[in-house]
Amino acid sequence: MKLHNTTDRIEKEIVLRAPRSRVWRALANAEEFGTWFGMTFDGAFAPGARVHGRLTAPGHERVSLELAIERMDPETRMSYRWHPYAIQPGVDYSNEPTTLVEFELEEVAEGTKLTVVESGFDRIPEARRAEAFRMNDAGWTGQLENIERHVAS
Amino acid sequence: MSLHSTGWREVSRAAPVFAALGDETRLALVGRLSSEGPLSITRLAAGSPVTRQAITKHLSVLATAGLVSDLRRGRERIWELEPGQMEAARTYLEQVSRRWDKALDRLKRFVEE
Repeated sequence: MKLHNTTDRIEKEIVLRAPRSRVWRALANAEEFGTWFGMTFDGAFAPGARVHGRLTAPGHERVSLELAIERMDPETRMSYRWHPYAIQPGVDYSNEPTTLVEFELEEVAEGTKLTVVESGFDRIPEARRAEAFRMNDAGWTGQLENIERHVAS
Repeated sequence: MSLHSTGWREVSRAAPVFAALGDETRLALVGRLSSEGPLSITRLAAGSPVTRQAITKHLSVLATAGLVSDLRRGRERIWELEPGQMEAARTYLEQVSRRWDKALDRLKRFVEE
């Protein structure tokens, strides 16, 4: 049912005026991914790899996330699991359910159509959502500042 | 450990709203309470292929997740939607969604330059 779908997954589609090989590199190369995503990673992306990343925003470098890479089909699809909004210092997220992020590339006349699906939100505990809920776009920055104060105190 | 993290841990035992909604019967119950307002079990069971007992069980799952609440009216229990939890779930996804919009905008600039 629709309501179920909307609580479990987010789906995005964007057409990029760039060849598929270029878009693939921006996803598959950890350094390039980090450039647009705003993170630095401690290793290369490869199927089965667990890669740790840190936010690059000034003052927020203590925030780290782990990507568990699942599939990497060159120029076609890439997927990984992570803990969405898992940015609370001192909280062990490892036992919590993850969401699955899937990128799919398709060649179109204008360039490359990229589809992103993040799913598995139905299993995320309510308390995590309640916390994440405060992190809207304005709140996201605010929250990072909170964390910074939190870890500094 | 700061108060903030302690509070976090205390609430983390709360039941998952999304899991509660991931069932057709419960979703249908939420749908009816949303469109028709507060209803008794009798009304909710009328015309439904699901037994009253099953409906009661589903309502209690929804109540645990904070999605519905009941009040006793005479001999009957009336169930109503608690919009706050639904709102929180929806807002959460909207926010994750907006983060993706921003990230994809940055990706667009990155690969198109």
